[in-house]
Amino acid sequence: MLAEIFNLRKLIVPILVIGLAVIFGLNLNDWNSNQAFFNNMLRVDNFSVAFSGLAIFVTLLVFILSTDFYANEQAHISDYMSILTFILVGALMMFSFANLTMLFLGIETLSIALYIMAGSKRFDVRSNEAGFKYFLLGSFASAFLLFGIALIFGATGTFDLNKIADYTLQNQGNISPLFYTGMVMMVFAMLFKVSAAPFHFWAPDVYEGAPSLVTAYMSTLVKIAAFAAFYKLMSATFFYTFDKAELILNVAAILTLAVGNLMALAQTNFKRLLAYSGISHAGYMMLLILSAKDQTAGALFYYSLAYALSTLAAFAIAIPIFKAAKSEEIDSFNGLAKKNPLAAAAMSMAMLGLAGIPPFAGFLGKYYIFTEALHSDYFKTTLVAIFASMIGVYYYFKVIIAMYGKPENEVKMENSINYQLVLWVCLGLSLFFGLYPAPILNIF
Amino acid sequence: MNTAIEQANPQNWYLLLSTVLFSIGVMGVLMRRNALIILMCVELMLNSVNLLLVSFSAYAGNTDGQVFVFFIMVVAAAEVAVGLALLVSIYRNIGTTDIDVLSKLKW
Repeated sequence: MLAEIFNLRKLIVPILVIGLAVIFGLNLNDWNSNQAFFNNMLRVDNFSVAFSGLAIFVTLLVFILSTDFYANEQAHISDYMSILTFILVGALMMFSFANLTMLFLGIETLSIALYIMAGSKRFDVRSNEAGFKYFLLGSFASAFLLFGIALIFGATGTFDLNKIADYTLQNQGNISPLFYTGMVMMVFAMLFKVSAAPFHFWAPDVYEGAPSLVTAYMSTLVKIAAFAAFYKLMSATFFYTFDKAELILNVAAILTLAVGNLMALAQTNFKRLLAYSGISHAGYMMLLILSAKDQTAGALFYYSLAYALSTLAAFAIAIPIFKAAKSEEIDSFNGLAKKNPLAAAAMSMAMLGLAGIPPFAGFLGKYYIFTEALHSDYFKTTLVAIFASMIGVYYYFKVIIAMYGKPENEVKMENSINYQLVLWVCLGLSLFFGLYPAPILNIF
Repeated sequence: MNTAIEQANPQNWYLLLSTVLFSIGVMGVLMRRNALIILMCVELMLNSVNLLLVSFSAYAGNTDGQVFVFFIMVVAAAEVAVGLALLVSIYRNIGTTDIDVLSKLKW
């Protein structure tokens, strides 16, 4: 916003990109440092450094996309960019919180900024609707989260994650019922935030209504942030009381897998398809939350990375096509293979990555999730997940069939260097980590 | 003040009161159709949490909970500001605050 005063609007995005690259480097510098800040409000450990690195990288790619996406809206570019940066700040707080206060503030910083971005096409009723629906349901869920935090505070007298875990360890057997009620309410709120069934209803509507770039951001960064925070809660704070939440998580995982994959079959809108695909991916990641007691952070990180790369690659092709076609249906991809074989090939690669077909990272990500879940004895849930991923292949191929099998349409897509850059970086990394997963998987 | 609260042992009454307020808020969000009333019900839910935190904090004799209440108030204010802004832009586009009209996005 400072740049706007000096009439430097054109420079905002490059400055932000450079700034983010610097932050990315500084963040990596904290590796293995393990310090606590602000009276143990935030704790920087390897978990938070790794996820923050991923979040900053995703934001960097989204900002590179944004120069073209907002090309016609230069007047508001500083608003959009600053709000997108706020979302990143919220996400970083959600990775490194060591106190429930910080968790709450992080979630709210991220959500409030996101409500604005979802409704940011002011004159489009669909965008308004998406923003407002997200706002209503999001604040409803936040209220549940807060009530849960209040009850846990009542039972333990502290907001500190470690002290809460100590409390549950020392009072095993006579933990106050307030604590369990609070824990279950927090789990419900987090299930909402990660868009797991039966709390997923907002996701397709919001993903479809929001501007495409915001959808891309939401389906990558926001989902990763919510999952990392959820994982941290379940693996650290509620470690000793995990068995009380296990049934809820198990049912939610199975429901999410079923709903996400079955509903995706019926979609004709590409963003809605990706929303349901996001829900089904949330189902796979729920398996890792279920086995969080066995320290599955490495697999969670690997899967988040694989999912984010494939989704961003898909959006990097879809956004220019939507812009040219003025429609977000899968039909706008018809016959892309003849007009632009390279883009069609890249889109197929992104879809195969999401479907989890080797050699892309998505395949190994799913493989590690299934082995971790089997390792923690969730045999039935894993079976459901394997069936779900077989159904999943079908709807990803719907897009590929539209590109290769259907007659051409009129859509002329413009080829911008920024989109190409993001696209090939994502696909290249996805392929690289798919073939060479060890450094990421054993990161912790 | 601390001793007065402990003498009467009203902890359960505070818990009951804020649970009732919270439930009224939940019911309102689920059943009312006017967006403004829903917004007010969300506020009611947040304020019931504030009440609960303050009472727990007084009971436990530390101020953490009371500080948290300030955070909740700030966040609630920010949330309402954003919510009303979204509501205004919806009202300009479709001329009503009834959320049943918002059904462009389905399945």
